[in-house]
Amino acid sequence: MQHSVAYTILFAGLICVVCAVLVSSSAVSLSELQQANAALDKRKNVLLAAGLAQPSERLDAAQVQERFRVVKPVVIDIQSGEAAPAIDASTFDQRKARNDPDSSRPAPANNSSISRLPNHAVVYQVLNGAGELQMVVLPIEGYGLWSTLYGFLSLDADTKTVRGLTYYQHGETPGLGGEVDNPLWKSRWPGRIAFDSTGQTVIEVIKGRAGPPEDDPHRVDGLAGATITSRGVTNMLRFWLGENGFGPYLNRLRDSRKSS
Amino acid sequence: MAGPGRKALLDPLFENNPIALQVLGICSALAVTTKMETSVVMCGAVIFVLTFSNFFVSLLRNNIPSSIRIIVQLTIISSLVIIADQFLKAYLYDISKQLSVFVGLIITNCIIMGRAEAYAMQNRPSLSIMDGLGNGFGYSLILLATGFFRELLGSGKLFGHTVLPLVTEGGWYSPNGLMTLSAGAFFIIGGFIWALRVWKRDQVEEEG
Repeated sequence: MQHSVAYTILFAGLICVVCAVLVSSSAVSLSELQQANAALDKRKNVLLAAGLAQPSERLDAAQVQERFRVVKPVVIDIQSGEAAPAIDASTFDQRKARNDPDSSRPAPANNSSISRLPNHAVVYQVLNGAGELQMVVLPIEGYGLWSTLYGFLSLDADTKTVRGLTYYQHGETPGLGGEVDNPLWKSRWPGRIAFDSTGQTVIEVIKGRAGPPEDDPHRVDGLAGATITSRGVTNMLRFWLGENGFGPYLNRLRDSRKSS
Repeated sequence: MAGPGRKALLDPLFENNPIALQVLGICSALAVTTKMETSVVMCGAVIFVLTFSNFFVSLLRNNIPSSIRIIVQLTIISSLVIIADQFLKAYLYDISKQLSVFVGLIITNCIIMGRAEAYAMQNRPSLSIMDGLGNGFGYSLILLATGFFRELLGSGKLFGHTVLPLVTEGGWYSPNGLMTLSAGAFFIIGGFIWALRVWKRDQVEEEG
């Protein structure tokens, strides 16, 4: 059947409008549930990074909240490393803060394609029963091959030893760079030492296999077929542990441990 | 049920299976079948998209200008895929994370556009729904069977529950690593195609 040009254009326009309404109404009506899921997933990943939950466990919302009780989110000023008690950690949205010129600044040159840094960040302190610091979980982000990877790095109270690394959002190639999710690869991280004796950030994802943490403390196995994602992981760890990232905060933690 | 509806529903299971005979939709069949759980959710999403895309395309088949029919089909299909993806993110967040891009890639699943163009454009909506369901089930049949073997042989589990206790966890079964890789799915699907063609000789292609 032949149709006139006007009909064709009208038909195309109508289809677009109808489909757009359907798609956007489903996205808008479901976004609340999706955000709740994402927030829960973020908490779960803090627990995973801290080793308070295992990847094989299936936790429901209540269990996640229960285990999250030993975790104290703290908002800090990134540049000074000081706590910023004026900001409520439960409502603070770090990504929103980063995108708002009033609460962020241009990032110094880095290899992770980070263009802006928020003034504040949420770190998660894991406390024991007596309220002493056991671990600190730091949010990290940086570019891999296709996408920005968002994750958590957990450091021991000595601020040097890695206790865990996990990513909760990324768009890397499934099966290659996407293997940053792989539990086996993540299990290579605990026990590695992020800094050398002079305080330089030396942790590195290498090509090939690294030894066990005792013999090869600063290096971790690379992901096969994902050289650029692996390099991205190295770059973002070095950035966030460095002076422009959480360096000042970690220094303060170190000082307070020495003095106590 | 009337003859043509029944045929549209049941033929794609064995007589004209979209994966085994037409060899379509292989990409997702390799990608999501490492576990039963992801396979089931993927099948649900594909059945949903396929059935509704067939229905809507068939409903509009006499009004779609033929010069833009492919892009109209694609618009309908991709809208349905996005809706399916949104629902998964809202109600099955963990699984939707594991399926990652493959839900979005249903848009490019050849089965769906193939059925829209080859069937829904020529047949009435009721039949097209049957055809969509039938092809969805045909796809699911292969996906679930592949997922069953891959999860069982690759990690000794079904739906995440241990069936064959692994050596690494103190059991006796040492898992077949090949099954967790995409290549494992090729062997299994190849095996199905072979078995189906031994059973139904008329599906064997002539050499020439």
